Amino acid sequence: MEKERSKLIIRKIFNRNFIKALPFGKGWDGLLFAVLLFPVWLLLYLNLERITDLLIFSLIDLTPKTHLTDAVWFFVFEVPKVLLLLTLIVFIVGIIRSYFSPERTRKMLGGKKLFAGNVSASLLGIVTPFCSCSAIPLFLGFVESGVPLGVTFSFLIAAPMINEVALVLLFGLFGWKTALLYMSTGLLIAMFSGFIIGRLKLERFVEPWVYQVKAGHLEMEEERIPFSQRITAGYDAVKEIVSKVWIYIVIGIAVGAGIHGYVPENFMAGLMGKSAWWSVPAAVLLGVPMYSNAAGIIPIVQALLEKGASLGTVLAFMMSVIGLSLPETIILKKVLKLQLIFIFVGIVAVGIIIVGYLFNLIY
Amino acid sequence: MVSIKILGAGCKKCKTLEAKVRELATTNNIDAVVEKVTDLQEIVGYGIMMTPGLVINEQVKSYGIIPKDEQIINWLKEK
Repeated sequence: MEKERSKLIIRKIFNRNFIKALPFGKGWDGLLFAVLLFPVWLLLYLNLERITDLLIFSLIDLTPKTHLTDAVWFFVFEVPKVLLLLTLIVFIVGIIRSYFSPERTRKMLGGKKLFAGNVSASLLGIVTPFCSCSAIPLFLGFVESGVPLGVTFSFLIAAPMINEVALVLLFGLFGWKTALLYMSTGLLIAMFSGFIIGRLKLERFVEPWVYQVKAGHLEMEEERIPFSQRITAGYDAVKEIVSKVWIYIVIGIAVGAGIHGYVPENFMAGLMGKSAWWSVPAAVLLGVPMYSNAAGIIPIVQALLEKGASLGTVLAFMMSVIGLSLPETIILKKVLKLQLIFIFVGIVAVGIIIVGYLFNLIY
Repeated sequence: MVSIKILGAGCKKCKTLEAKVRELATTNNIDAVVEKVTDLQEIVGYGIMMTPGLVINEQVKSYGIIPKDEQIINWLKEK
């Protein structure tokens, strides 16, 4: 029953390619494996609370409602939950990303005027494969082929800020509303920051050699990638990302569990609560130079939220940590003059602060 | 002789790919010159937007990924 349903969902999503896939053969075992694994995944995920209770209260027999039990329960429950979610989402995103390449994205953004270009660049930033170590070749490739500077920035802001790891953690620890809020406000910041940078006509602050670069024409035949290979891309993404971030998740949740169990209620209210007006800019100032990946920071932030920090402040802190990272801005120094880097960081930081205040106001 | 270039300004994946290609060339007795290209203009000159790029005999074979071993060996052996 479960299997049939998941099969149906996959068929719906990948309709066209799925039909070709039907004669399962070499390479298709991957899909079959995934389809068979999904019910197991679902069963585990839906029963995690019961399993945790069983483990903690029956097997190790901890006394309920003590600080230690609270902390241990939180850890034992959250770690597998987040890792399960992460595996599934990274797998799906890995498959989706195989449909997008920087070349294709660049082509789509080529003739776009401002604003329409900023909107599509921000959206494409989510799905196009991106690694901050490739930021420079990507920047050069975009600018050289005539993508406007502001549009390029929209992409460069959205791509690191809205990533699957951050979204999974937000969804797992905060719920879908916060994940959606983070994604949509992140998109807005990317769109408007890029738009403003474009309007300010800051091309003079780009290193002059950038505009002299002659990018080669890539003579790689864009072969049609068979769907089985996209499945493999999904597995590769899981292997690569999960093996890289699991340790941060475990540590982050461990610290979060400690806060959860031992830090008194409302401890953070004075420091990061709504009443402290300065908390939003302070959170951003603190967050910009901090470079932690989303995996480590989000569980800690979630625990703080529980202890009286306000959502807007927490959101602003997360965005500045994840979206504005020092290493990336240092890398950009190779192609941008210092003035433009400051303007870029400034505009994005102001955007984040506005978002922070807005959410403190609403909630 | 095969000319191999690894394009990349020093990301972790680039180093992994370089080591892997060198190892594969040696273990398969392929006479190859492996060169690491870190100059940004030269990297972009090959038209790639994601590193690492793998260039064999001046032809871009892959970018942004670390290809599978057998794939790399096939590229090294083809002529």
